[in-house]
Amino acid sequence: MNEKEVLWESGLRIKSVYTKDDIDKNVTEEDIGLPGKYPFTRGIHPLMYTKQPFTIRQYAGFGTPEETHERFMYLIKNGQTGLNVAFDLPTQTGLDSDDNRAIGEVGRVGMAVDTLADFETVFKDIDLNKITVSLTINGSAIVLIAMYLALAQKNGYDISKLRGTAQNDILKEFIGRGTWIFPVDKSVKLVVDTIEYCAKEVPKYSPLSVCGYHIRESGANPVQEMAYAFCIAKAYIDETLKRGITIDEFASRLSFNFDIHGNFFEQIAKFRGGRRLWAKIIREHYKAKEDSSSWLRMIAGGGGGGLTKEQPENNIIRSAYYAMISALSGTQTMALCSYDEAYTIPTEKAAEISLRTMQILLYEMGICDTVDPLGGSYYIETMSAEMENAIIKEMAEVDTHGDIIKAIAAGKIQEAISKQAYKREKDIQDGRTLKVGLNCFRKEEEVRTVQFHPYNEEAAQMQLEKLNKVKSERNSLKVLESLSKIIQDARADINLMPAVIDAVKAYATVGEITDAIKEVYGEYEEKIYF
Amino acid sequence: MEKKKLKILLGKPGLDGHDVGVKVLAHALVDAGFEVVYTGLRKTIQQIVDKAVEKKVDVIGLSILSGTHLILCEQMKNEMSKRSLSIPWIVGGNIPDNDTEKLKEIGADAAFATGTSIETVINYFKSLKD
Repeated sequence: MNEKEVLWESGLRIKSVYTKDDIDKNVTEEDIGLPGKYPFTRGIHPLMYTKQPFTIRQYAGFGTPEETHERFMYLIKNGQTGLNVAFDLPTQTGLDSDDNRAIGEVGRVGMAVDTLADFETVFKDIDLNKITVSLTINGSAIVLIAMYLALAQKNGYDISKLRGTAQNDILKEFIGRGTWIFPVDKSVKLVVDTIEYCAKEVPKYSPLSVCGYHIRESGANPVQEMAYAFCIAKAYIDETLKRGITIDEFASRLSFNFDIHGNFFEQIAKFRGGRRLWAKIIREHYKAKEDSSSWLRMIAGGGGGGLTKEQPENNIIRSAYYAMISALSGTQTMALCSYDEAYTIPTEKAAEISLRTMQILLYEMGICDTVDPLGGSYYIETMSAEMENAIIKEMAEVDTHGDIIKAIAAGKIQEAISKQAYKREKDIQDGRTLKVGLNCFRKEEEVRTVQFHPYNEEAAQMQLEKLNKVKSERNSLKVLESLSKIIQDARADINLMPAVIDAVKAYATVGEITDAIKEVYGEYEEKIYF
Repeated sequence: MEKKKLKILLGKPGLDGHDVGVKVLAHALVDAGFEVVYTGLRKTIQQIVDKAVEKKVDVIGLSILSGTHLILCEQMKNEMSKRSLSIPWIVGGNIPDNDTEKLKEIGADAAFATGTSIETVINYFKSLKD
C-alpha cells in the first residue's frame, strides 16, 4: 500500500509493489497469450518489429501542393517511411481557396487543395505502393478519398491492391476538432459510403481511422479515450452492417488513432488492455471469423496535450518518452508532435528532431530485438487487465445513454469532456499536476530561441491563380453534369462515392462538390454549450 | 442590491475548430462570478458582433488558434467602427508574444499570448468591473 494514495489520471489506484500474485488474480495465461494470436494482447502480429519496424509517419503539409511536396521529399530523404497529409482549414471544411471565408487561411495550417490537379502535384514522383499515404481529412473526406483513388487510377495503379488511409472519423469532429460540415446523421452516412465502396472496390485501403486522440486532447482521460473510440467504432460498424456488408468484409481495414501523454505506464496498460478488449468485441460481439478483423491496427502518437510553450526543448524529451511508450505498446505506426508544435507548424529542424527521436529508438535501443518486452511484467499485466475492465465499465456507461451518435448530436459527450478539460487545466494551473518548466522549475525570464515556421503570404495568391487556370481549362459541361449527378444520388439516398469520383475526375472543386452535397444534406447546426 | 455581473461574450471567429481552451476559460469565468455567452464555432466577425449587441454584453473575447489573429482583428476593428460600437474587445489563443502589441494597436483592449494563465485573464475582467 502506498503511503500516499497514488492514482492514475483514469482513477485507478496504484500499489507500491506488484508481484506474481497480482497477475494470477487479475488475468489468465490465455488472455496474456502470444503475439499474433487472439486476443492479441502482446501484439497483432507474431513477429512485430523483429520482422518489420513501426512506420514513421509525421503529420506534414502547408502552403501550396508544391511546398508540401518539397517537405514530403525532405522527410522521405530523412527516413520517414509513410506520409500523413495535413490540409488547410478551407479544404477541411469544404471551401475553395477563393471562398470569402477562406481569407487568411489558404495554406495556413496545412496544404491547400481545390482540385485533382493539386493531388497530381503533391504526389508527383512518389510511389504510392512504397510510401503509403494517410489523409487527415474528415468533413470533406469523401471528396479527398475520391481524389486519391482518381489519382491512383490515372497513374496506372491497380486499385484492387492500393493501400493508404483516410482519417474520415466524423463523429469525433463533433466532440473535439470541429471540421464538421453536414448534419450528424448525414455525415455518418457519408463515412459508411466510403467504407462500403472501399470494401468492394479498394479492399486494401483503410477508409477510416477512429480517433481516441482528439477526444483525449479535448479533456477525456485514457479510459474514456478508449471507451469513446470503441463506442464510435461500433457505431460505424453497426451502420455498415445494416447495408448487408459482413464484418469480415471490412473490419480488417479499420484503424485507430490514439494519444500519448501523461503517465508512462498508464498509456501502455491502456493500449495492451484496449487491444485485447477490441479483439474480444469483434470476435464475441460481432462474431467475426478472420483474425485480421480483430486487430487493433493503430497509430499511437505523441500528443500535443502534454507539451508546453515554456522551455520548449523539454518537449523533445517528452516526445522521446512518448515514442518509447508507443513502441512498448506495439503500435503499427508512430508520429510525434514536434517540439515547437504547441504554437507553430514544425520547422524543418523540429521535424528532423522528431524523426531522429524515432530512429534512435529503432536503431540504438534494441526495441526491435523481441516482441512485447513488457509482457509478463507484474505491474503491466495487472494494470492492462484493470484498464480493460475500466474501459468495459465506461462503455457500458455510454450505452445507458442510448446510441452514442444521438449522445454526440445532443452534445452530452462534449459537455462531460469539457468539464473534465477544465478540471485538468485547473490541476495544472494550481500546481496539483506537475509540468516541468511550467509550474515547477520555471524560468520567469526565459529567452526563447525557437524559430517560427513562416506563413507564405504568396501561397494563397499562387493557389488562386492555379485554381483559375484549372477552371478555365476543364470541361465545364462535364463538371455541371457530374455535380447534378451528385445531387441526384444524394436525393436517392444511395452511395455517393461513384458520383464524387466522377466529379473529381472532371476537375470539379472541393467547394463545388461540398455545395452539391449540402444542397441535399444541409449543414450542421452546432449545439452551443460549454 | 446585488451587483450586476459583468457579461462576457466568447467567440470563435473563422474556421478554427479548437474549442477546448475557450470552453475551459468559460468555465473559469463562470466560477469567478461572471456571466458568459459562447457563440460556438465557425462564426464570422459580423455574427459575433451581432450576438454581442443582441445579448447586450459588456466585453467581447475572440479565441483564435489558427494563426489568423491579425487578419480577424482587423476585420473586428472595421466592424466595430462601422457600427459605431464601443464595447471593448480582447483576443487570446495561439498568439505569439511579438503580436500582442500589434493587436492592441489594431484596437484590442488586451491581447493574451499563448501560455497566459487563467488567473491573468480573470484579473483583466475584474479590472473592467470597476
